[in-house]
Amino acid sequence: MSDTSIEADLTRSANGRIAKERLYHGLLFCCAALTVFVTISIVATLAIDALEFFGRVNPYAFFTGTEWVLRSENPILGILPLVTATLIVTIVSALVAIPVGTAAAVYLSEYASDRMRSVLKPALEILAGIPTVVYGFFALVYLTPWLQGLGLDVSLFNLLSASVMVGIMIIPMVSSISEDAMSAVPDSLRQAGYGLGATKFEVSTKIVIPASISGIFSSYILALSRAIGETMIVVVAGGSRARMFDPSEPFANLLNSGQTMTAAMVQAVTTDLSGGTAGYYSMFAIGLTLFAITFSMNLLSNRIAARYREEYQ
Amino acid sequence: MTRNDTRKADDSDEQRTDGSGPAVSEPTTRPDATSDSLLDDSFDVTSGSLSGDADAVLETRNLDVFYDGVQALQDVTIEIPENGVTALIGPSGCGKSTFLRCINRMNDLIDAARVEGELRFEGKNVYDDDVDPVALRRKIGMVFQSPNPFPKSIRDNVAFGLEVQDKAGDVDETVHRALERAALLDEVEDQLDSSGLDLSGGQQQRLCIARAIAPDPDVLLMDEPASALDPIATSKIEDLIEDLAEEYTVIIVTHNMQQAARISDKTAVFLTGGELVEFDDTDKIFENPEHDRVEDYITGKFG
Repeated sequence: MSDTSIEADLTRSANGRIAKERLYHGLLFCCAALTVFVTISIVATLAIDALEFFGRVNPYAFFTGTEWVLRSENPILGILPLVTATLIVTIVSALVAIPVGTAAAVYLSEYASDRMRSVLKPALEILAGIPTVVYGFFALVYLTPWLQGLGLDVSLFNLLSASVMVGIMIIPMVSSISEDAMSAVPDSLRQAGYGLGATKFEVSTKIVIPASISGIFSSYILALSRAIGETMIVVVAGGSRARMFDPSEPFANLLNSGQTMTAAMVQAVTTDLSGGTAGYYSMFAIGLTLFAITFSMNLLSNRIAARYREEYQ
Repeated sequence: MTRNDTRKADDSDEQRTDGSGPAVSEPTTRPDATSDSLLDDSFDVTSGSLSGDADAVLETRNLDVFYDGVQALQDVTIEIPENGVTALIGPSGCGKSTFLRCINRMNDLIDAARVEGELRFEGKNVYDDDVDPVALRRKIGMVFQSPNPFPKSIRDNVAFGLEVQDKAGDVDETVHRALERAALLDEVEDQLDSSGLDLSGGQQQRLCIARAIAPDPDVLLMDEPASALDPIATSKIEDLIEDLAEEYTVIIVTHNMQQAARISDKTAVFLTGGELVEFDDTDKIFENPEHDRVEDYITGKFG
């Protein structure tokens, strides 16, 4: 044994390990920052051009106007017909997607056998992968004639057909997120329910759904944000005539064509309005309004999720 | 009596075969009468008892359970008397919890589980085709290993069984009585509307006991109800179990032999492989067991 003590080599290696680590750190940060940068740029662009718009059009007139006629000369720019059309699409699609999506989630989480689930879940997710223009085409070519066949007096382009199709499109969002929330409910609660002589339906509706209600609500709100922002289906099947909601004939809008906020933006882009006119800038104002609506819905969703966060043992 | 004694006694007394159902007992085998009787409260406890022993509320004959072909219970034959505490003890994996879960057919919820043999509750084989497990579970309450209150108010937790079982009457009063019976009322009386999850572990378990007894079942199954609790909470639960045994047939699975010795009147010892080795008065099991293997287990030489 030699009596020279051996000191561990803890010095920095010469081959630049530390420099490499710094490089990786920097690269990864840039990728993460890119998305934030893009988001901020979009909001900033929307805001700047919307300000430009409000320099030409009185904001009060814009937000309370009940008529929307987009043309290069003397456009009439009141956003309410677009907002009401968007609300109609959102409400009707919710009426379709919430019951069906929730029921599908209960089936998948509580009733389906493992085998059935392994077939159904991917099938539902395929539904989420279909391009929305295909849904729109389907609504126009099949759903609308079918509604006419049922005796409904719908015009060729109508909001009913578009709304139902938007609802079908968001079913997978509702069912998939709700099912995740329901599956997260601990089995011990189900066992307690069965032990007390509850049926499967009672366990599902009185234990599992209440225990996962925050996740279920989140799924509703996310799906509705999606419905509000949906564009292609309403452009293809809903028509392009802005029509103000008439409370005395609440169903007239459904049966006739209508223009949502997103559809109006498409029109503003695709028609040859020259840049710099109020009509051209209007799409930024609509975009900002739309962004504000979906952003506040997402905030609401987070708030609800935090408020009713499931506590399990 | 050991298991073998039990079987001998049955054979000589009864001269009956193990063939299930129809031939065994006339009063309960009218099909509509039996299925209905599991649904309402007018079930005649003593009629059709296999052994003629009116005290046995539960009896099994050659009960086997398999999980995906692996045998978890082997040929278990036992008669559990009415009222009092029956403890099921044995090492991990000996099938005692499986046996407990056979009694109220909770094993139905496990796809892989297969049950063979007979398990008679108040004379009726609960594995007969005409038995509705939901109706069965309304007569047999269950308390689980770790406290599992619903994320609801204390009141709603206790009232849940009443609600799903459509028990008429004054729900508030029944809830109060059940909480009192579970020795919890004094601690929660002024916070019945707060969440059951806000209680301590020991209180939660007493809440679960209150929930189980609120619909007034005949039998109370307990699967290691104190294993997740500290010693003080455990002793409260033990006192409570002894009280409840005056009114209910309590069947308790426990890992804790001192606990079995303290609170039970009868003890069943299961050993590895799902075999019921000995079933007798608790004093006899702990002081002078028939089988060497049981003695080894009790004294800690094995298991």
